[in-house]
Amino acid sequence: MTLEELYELGQNFRQKLETFRAEIHVCGSGGCISSGSFQLKETFEKVCEARKIGADVRVITTGCMGLCGAGPLVRVHPSDTLYVRVTTEDVERIVDSHILKDKPVKNLLYPKDASFFARQMQVALKNMGRIDPESIEDYIAHGGYEALAKAITYYTQEGVILEVRNSGLRGRGGGGYPTGLKWDIVRRVPSAEKYVVCNADEGDPGAFMDRAMLEGNPHAILEGMAIAGYAVGATQGFIYVRGEYPLAIERLKKAIKQSERTQILGNRIFESGFNFRIDLRIGAGAFVCGEETALLQSIEGQRGQPRPRPPYPSQVGLWGKPTLLNNVETFANVPAIVLNGGKWYSAIGTEKSKGTKVFALAGRINNTGLIEVPMGITLREIIFDIGGGIPDGGEFKAAQTGGPSGGCIPVQHLDTPVDYESLTHVGSMMGSGGLIVMDQTSCMVDIAKYFMKFCMEESCGKCIPCRVGTVQLFRLLDRMTNGTATEEDLDTLEELCVMVKDTSLCGLGQTAPNPVMSTLHYFRREYEQHIHEHNCAAGVCSVGAEQADPAVASLHQSEGA
Amino acid sequence: MSKQADKQGNADNRYKYLDRAIARHQFRGDALIEILHTTQELFGFISRDLLLYIARNLKLPPSKVYGVATFYHFFSLEPKGEHTVTVCLGTACYVRGAADIQVALEKTCGCAMGQTTADGKISLQGARCVGSCGIAPVVIYDNDVAGYDTVEQATARVRTWMEEQA
Repeated sequence: MTLEELYELGQNFRQKLETFRAEIHVCGSGGCISSGSFQLKETFEKVCEARKIGADVRVITTGCMGLCGAGPLVRVHPSDTLYVRVTTEDVERIVDSHILKDKPVKNLLYPKDASFFARQMQVALKNMGRIDPESIEDYIAHGGYEALAKAITYYTQEGVILEVRNSGLRGRGGGGYPTGLKWDIVRRVPSAEKYVVCNADEGDPGAFMDRAMLEGNPHAILEGMAIAGYAVGATQGFIYVRGEYPLAIERLKKAIKQSERTQILGNRIFESGFNFRIDLRIGAGAFVCGEETALLQSIEGQRGQPRPRPPYPSQVGLWGKPTLLNNVETFANVPAIVLNGGKWYSAIGTEKSKGTKVFALAGRINNTGLIEVPMGITLREIIFDIGGGIPDGGEFKAAQTGGPSGGCIPVQHLDTPVDYESLTHVGSMMGSGGLIVMDQTSCMVDIAKYFMKFCMEESCGKCIPCRVGTVQLFRLLDRMTNGTATEEDLDTLEELCVMVKDTSLCGLGQTAPNPVMSTLHYFRREYEQHIHEHNCAAGVCSVGAEQADPAVASLHQSEGA
Repeated sequence: MSKQADKQGNADNRYKYLDRAIARHQFRGDALIEILHTTQELFGFISRDLLLYIARNLKLPPSKVYGVATFYHFFSLEPKGEHTVTVCLGTACYVRGAADIQVALEKTCGCAMGQTTADGKISLQGARCVGSCGIAPVVIYDNDVAGYDTVEQATARVRTWMEEQA
């Protein structure tokens, strides 16, 4: 494969696409599948067949189109019309009226200028929901693998890294470490063997960005990894993907096979001396494996227990070799940066946080779904303009970012710009991109307890502050929610939070107290109400019942045994 | 389910598939997690005999195999029920009332999350997050993902399973 051959392949496929009279794209992401999008696709095919236009209309399943709450979604081309909540009964109407008579079906239309789309800016998600994720030709026809070909043909290793450094891209898993710098460190370590690892162990509850990207545009991740492999001098890549995402695994397997068959991955890529292969590793349901050293342990077939850093994986990683570890979204941004240049990317966003960020909007919000926004946009714009506000006349109470490592941002900080520093400043963090909106029906003490239970169960048990601390924190929080806590417990809670944060070994323990600390900071009144007045304003906790959570009861049991 | 019994029954090809998977990974100890995945796919769960079988073939101490198999939530060392109900307990589902569904299902089935009913019909389990937050709360009945689920729908569905004739 050469650059010319790649262009030709893309050109041929585009010509083939032009022969179609229309295209019907049916969203095939998690939300839409469970509301019946596969049956919908079949019905479209059948109806087109019955109208004798089966050969002229291309019906495909695409990746996530973003508006998950209004699924199943269908997009009709060339007019780029989006239909929402389409049922199998609507199929005939859409085909008869839109495809045959060019009259869009009005009552299913989603307005093109709606602020849900108008306020977004798509870089990492650019082709998602517009191409067939199971077709490498479709990806190439939309400019895919051009960045890899250009990087290998025209750039030196240093040149690629310089573009990434200039772009200002920072780790999208939530840590925010400058990507170019990390690449440079791995490149500089002398070693015959190096690895590139993609962290697709998306463990934060309430986050589904990585899943959507892996399912909707798997080739973009492969391309980003291959560019990284070229830049740092690695020959082998691994994608560590959650076992809970069977569709993502299937599509990645298919994508890897296709790229090997077209000789885009493998030996002598684009006629150069660069060889690169990618293998999948399937996770087995351990949240701690999202931590980089634990993830590497897991790839090696061990228990996923973190180890102290330094040495960082960039120096001593997989099987003791230098290893570059980046998140799915980070890799998804790389092809666009190489194609358009670092300067183009750094023009988006704020001074310290460049580019765009993908968020998964969920919880008590009208437009649940997947969005990509430029850094520096405010939370208010995300929640009320893009998200469409709170349903059922509810009142905004808090936005939770960063999952079990993050915090709750209250109404007085709604105008905080979304960037790494500002979110940390208000006691939360960027995190991987889960954004859960809560209204008055959520009790903040209960939410803190929910996250603490999560961390308690997911603690790997290696270091004591995390293993024991999270259990004690959970017990204290449980006492608050069942009405048996005292004022003293509140002090103990605060003290313990600081201790667990300061003395734990890895990110899981160090950040586990964050949800408690941020809710204590902004919603202390609610904690006090639970303790003194035995009252839960949200009506979630049964404060008077004085009954321990079943999880606490089972803790007692296991201690007795 | 012991290996000997399976061999006498001689209808069990599953060991053959397992051996093939182990050979494909060249008997390497660092393929342990991959092998455990394959085993669970083939057998539904990983029995004590299978753990020993894997340990011998990968030349790993049984303690290590047991340690890894119990560390990860995905691997089950107990047989599953005929049907599996998975309640997503991710944040988005939690905020939209997944806990109520959990309590109702536990009451209907008479067993807690992570357990199987006494008649072996239904296994209840919780999931961390299935990544379908847009349609929360989510419950998965065997392989059927149901979005915007309610307490009434969930209990009704489980009841029909319980009344099913074996």
